Amino acid sequence: MLNVTPNSVGSVAPPAGVVGVGFSPTADDSRVISGTVGDIKAADPRMTARNVDVYYGDKQAIKDVSLDIGKNEVIAMIGPSGCGKSTFLRCLNRMNDTIDGCRVEGRIMLDDQDIYDRKMDVVPLRAQVGMVFQKPNPFPKSIYDNVAYGPRIHGLTDNKQELDEIVEQSLIKAGLWDEVKDRLDSSGTGLSGGQQQRLCIARTIAVAPEVILMDEPCSALDPIATARVEELIDELREQYTIAIVTHSMQQAARVSQRTAYFHLGELVEVGKTDDIFTNPSHRLTEDYITGRFG
Amino acid sequence: MSKMHLDPQRTIERVNATLGRRYRKEQRFRRFGLGAVALGLLFVALMFLNIIGTGYSAFQQTRVLLDINYSEEMIDPEGTRDPAILSSANYAGVIKQALRDRFPGVTSRGDKRELYTLVSSGAALILRQQVMENPGLIGTRASVWVPADDDIDMLVKGHIDRAVPESERRVKDQMVAWVESLEVEGRVAKVFNTTFLTSGDSREPELAGIGGAVMGSLYTLIVTLLLSFPIGVATAVYLEEFAPRNRWTDLVEVNINNLAAVPSIVFGLLGLAVFINFFGLPRSAPLVGGMVLTLMTLPTIIIASRAALKAVPPSIREAALGVGASRMQTVFHHVLPLAMPGMLTGTIIGMAQALGESAPLLMIGMVAFIVDIPGGALDPSTVLPVQIFLWADSPERGFVEKTSAAIMVLLGFLILMNVLAVILRKRFERRW
Ligand SMILES: Nc1ncnc2c1ncn2[C@@H]1O[C@H](COP(=O)(O)OP(=O)(O)O)[C@@H](O)[C@H]1O
Ligand SMILES: [Mg+2]
Repeated sequence: MLNVTPNSVGSVAPPAGVVGVGFSPTADDSRVISGTVGDIKAADPRMTARNVDVYYGDKQAIKDVSLDIGKNEVIAMIGPSGCGKSTFLRCLNRMNDTIDGCRVEGRIMLDDQDIYDRKMDVVPLRAQVGMVFQKPNPFPKSIYDNVAYGPRIHGLTDNKQELDEIVEQSLIKAGLWDEVKDRLDSSGTGLSGGQQQRLCIARTIAVAPEVILMDEPCSALDPIATARVEELIDELREQYTIAIVTHSMQQAARVSQRTAYFHLGELVEVGKTDDIFTNPSHRLTEDYITGRFG
Repeated sequence: MSKMHLDPQRTIERVNATLGRRYRKEQRFRRFGLGAVALGLLFVALMFLNIIGTGYSAFQQTRVLLDINYSEEMIDPEGTRDPAILSSANYAGVIKQALRDRFPGVTSRGDKRELYTLVSSGAALILRQQVMENPGLIGTRASVWVPADDDIDMLVKGHIDRAVPESERRVKDQMVAWVESLEVEGRVAKVFNTTFLTSGDSREPELAGIGGAVMGSLYTLIVTLLLSFPIGVATAVYLEEFAPRNRWTDLVEVNINNLAAVPSIVFGLLGLAVFINFFGLPRSAPLVGGMVLTLMTLPTIIIASRAALKAVPPSIREAALGVGASRMQTVFHHVLPLAMPGMLTGTIIGMAQALGESAPLLMIGMVAFIVDIPGGALDPSTVLPVQIFLWADSPERGFVEKTSAAIMVLLGFLILMNVLAVILRKRFERRW
């Protein structure tokens, strides 16, 4: 699947007939999407998506997307708003099941299991593929109960000590332990936005998932909190496989090893993050990372 | 048309020109609003003034002090002290004797009969209870406060005017004179009316109380709550969290909303046809009343509960599902606890509606005249609003104040429930 469209930087004049606006990104041949550019495969894939189509009712939100998510790597998904990044991410742990009228076609595998197989149960799937959402969404319960919730419902521990241990370890990994160790009983919703998001990350890693999906985890945070979460993502990479959606290209460049660029429901280009940002192959990718639109 | 010029000077001129008119409009609107609120408050105040003005005197009872001679020959001539004899003895005679002793000048038959109507027929029951509890009283004398007859009660409370001519008054001059002579001796007193709060209905206004109706309302509401809360919440949770969106659930939804608009008396007819005639449940029983009121309150509870569930942000559901909770766990661990205050508020308001409802209960026979205080959900009973309806329909002057007093009690309960709902809402109000 190496369909490289000739890269024709600098050769584009505004097409005739487009008046007033100096630039129209889709109005010339070099911006046609014909399959994904770059290598969709990962060296050591944990999840593999093949020919995935997603529909909301009659409207197609994802068109024929194939992508691997490799072990112990961070893959960033970027693209303009509404291009289907979240939709694709939510396919990976079947969160789209909760949306009425959402239909997923194609094949998505976690290791050797087809996660859309009829025999697949979403409960163990979501224990293996955890998710952190755009807006921090701690439960209106204590900090301890937030982190302990996953292990409790899955019966991961046999006694209180083990549970305490898991809560502590998760909070340490999420870089929140020092800030909250004295007030584990106070409400999770009373924390600052950045702390809440790290609490949500702690809650996700408390069930020891294999893959963590993050949907714009920093978009509601201030720069300092963002930096902390980014640091954290980098540390978590050693143990987990992470797929992160972000609208910040700097963030993608900082935290990820591979980057996938989505455009209007299609996966335009995938590649090593360094390559994508220094030497994009597709015209649309280039337009996006140079800030021409998005 | 000439070209429009938009310059700041022009803008400010235009704005200033219309400013006065805008503010006047705002003022007028505010005055309308205030006027409407004031009118509403005025009516509420008038209603309360009227009800409390007529009703407060029912919380007092006129009593008369009589010197009772518990004479052995009248109560227990054979001296056996057999409870059967003691309980059926002629205590009314004892009372009459006491009245004759107090007014020895009354001799003619007609006058005597009039004299006996000074005190309530309930006076004899008081003596009987005293003697049954303490047979040692027999053969002794004592001064006892006994309830006055309702006409005398009205006279003493001033509801019957002593100044008008005898022919236009329910109480004869002669009786007024007797009462006045008793008053002079300090043998007439108004005391707090415990009878009104504790006893059941009676044909005699001075003996009638709301105790039976309150208990009836209580049992009915308990049945209503036990049925409607679980059913309502379960329905709401199913429809909101589990049911697929399709034509059937739409139909159910439309029907529930329509049910809320069905006149309550229709539910009474349904209850009569189904619960009583078909299933053979007892008439006049709080059980059936509660079932009928359940039908009536269910839509309220379901609609309020669904609104409460809808108000729980989807992010909480996603959070739970995201760590691998099943739908059931998501609902029961997170959504339901967060929606519970709203559901309880809706339920309390539904219960308040049920408490004030009378029409459907008339249909299932809870309108009967019932003296005994019900001891359970299967005993015949009536409820507060129906009791009010019954008393409002009675001709005796004494029931007028009782009606208003019962309304006061009912309003008291309703206000209490609404305050509870407000407190609940304030206390658990959550902002995410
Ligand atoms: N629940 C939904 N119902 C219908 N359409 C949706 C829903 N969620 C997203 N979409 C549509 O799918 C497309 C992709 O959305 P999304 O995946 O949220 O984009 P992104 O995360 O890249 O901004 C958008 O056009 C959006 O309008
Ligand atoms: Mg998104």
